[in-house]
Amino acid sequence: MTAQTPVPSKQKRPFFFRRGPMENIATGLIGLGFLMLFQPFLLIFYTWSLVTLLAGTLMFIIVSKFPE
Amino acid sequence: MTARIRERTGQFFRMRRFKTQVKSVTDTSSTILGEAVARATPAPIASRIRGLSDRSMAWLFITPAIALLLAVNIFPLIWAIYLSFTNFRANRPNAALESVGLSNYSRVLNDPNIWQAMQTTAHFVFWTILLQTLIGFSLAYLIDRKFRGHAFWTTIILVPMMLSPAVVGNFWRFLYQPQIGLFNHIVSFLTGIPPSSFEMLGSVRLSPWAIIIVDTWMWTPYVMLICLAGLRSIPDYIYEAAEVDRASLWRQFWSITLPMALPFIMLAVLFRGIENFKMFDMVTLLTGGGPGSTTEVASITLKREAFESWRTGRASAFAIILFVAVFGLANIYVKALNKVKQR
Repeated sequence: MTAQTPVPSKQKRPFFFRRGPMENIATGLIGLGFLMLFQPFLLIFYTWSLVTLLAGTLMFIIVSKFPE
Repeated sequence: MTARIRERTGQFFRMRRFKTQVKSVTDTSSTILGEAVARATPAPIASRIRGLSDRSMAWLFITPAIALLLAVNIFPLIWAIYLSFTNFRANRPNAALESVGLSNYSRVLNDPNIWQAMQTTAHFVFWTILLQTLIGFSLAYLIDRKFRGHAFWTTIILVPMMLSPAVVGNFWRFLYQPQIGLFNHIVSFLTGIPPSSFEMLGSVRLSPWAIIIVDTWMWTPYVMLICLAGLRSIPDYIYEAAEVDRASLWRQFWSITLPMALPFIMLAVLFRGIENFKMFDMVTLLTGGGPGSTTEVASITLKREAFESWRTGRASAFAIILFVAVFGLANIYVKALNKVKQR
């Protein structure tokens, strides 16, 4: 009976340009790299820790500039 | 009654007059000071400054600080990054530098000794931060009760933090002496073990804990001070409201004290974490990295690589790896801290 006002559909940003999830991924990478750097179990994890840390840190620096 | 009202009114007007006089004196003195400064400024500079915009003036004031920051922090960092890709040796500063690409990084990240040093650092950082936070917060909680003589005890607790690490390292060496050391005798008194039967600094099993004890003793007051600031910032009316609601002390601690002091605790952990990753002086004075390489933390390995093995390029690569680790962790930590503050 009542006429509904059409709500304009909000333009969603692509996943890779959304700050929230991308920041979470970057944070996860940094955490993982940090654990790999200091873990006492496998040398191979230690070897690849810098790459993981660097990827996470650079990603964090970039995605933290995205709008909310 | 009327006389009292008249007296109070008189007091009020006298106070207002006094405040006006003070304000006028302050204004006059600041004007005089401003004029004196203006007169002291040489005419060509004064005329040049007068034509500057606010933005330019702001830049003018912060330029020395930025220049200092660039010279002392940023330039050495960039230089270290550059050296990490070369075969630079500090004992041969005039030798031609050759680029070695990522070879220094590859060697550091495949060296089991450096890996071991990282684990030693992690062990040291984890336990010192845990103990310092627990003891520091507990002490702050006690001091915040404002018992009789709390100011005196606060000063006493803060003393270790004010001492130089060189002094602390030297006198703890005496305290840890197996024959005459006070520490061994206290442990002996409490447990019944003979004091000379164990050596805190010479034992492979005990030496990492000896350093952890000293660092905790020295830096717990620092954590306590930050936590105390957090506890003192909690308004009393929140506790009063909780008491009206008949909340137990335990409930008040979990629902008011801890959440409101959490940003301060996190800040203290961040500061101590960054500091402890760089720990060098205390370890050098107490054990020098020994026995063997049991207490060889990352900064000592780095110094040995740079100035004993003279592989300065490789040491630079190691330093950059540590920097990336601390920088990355500090980033996510600050993010978490901001989230806690916004709650």
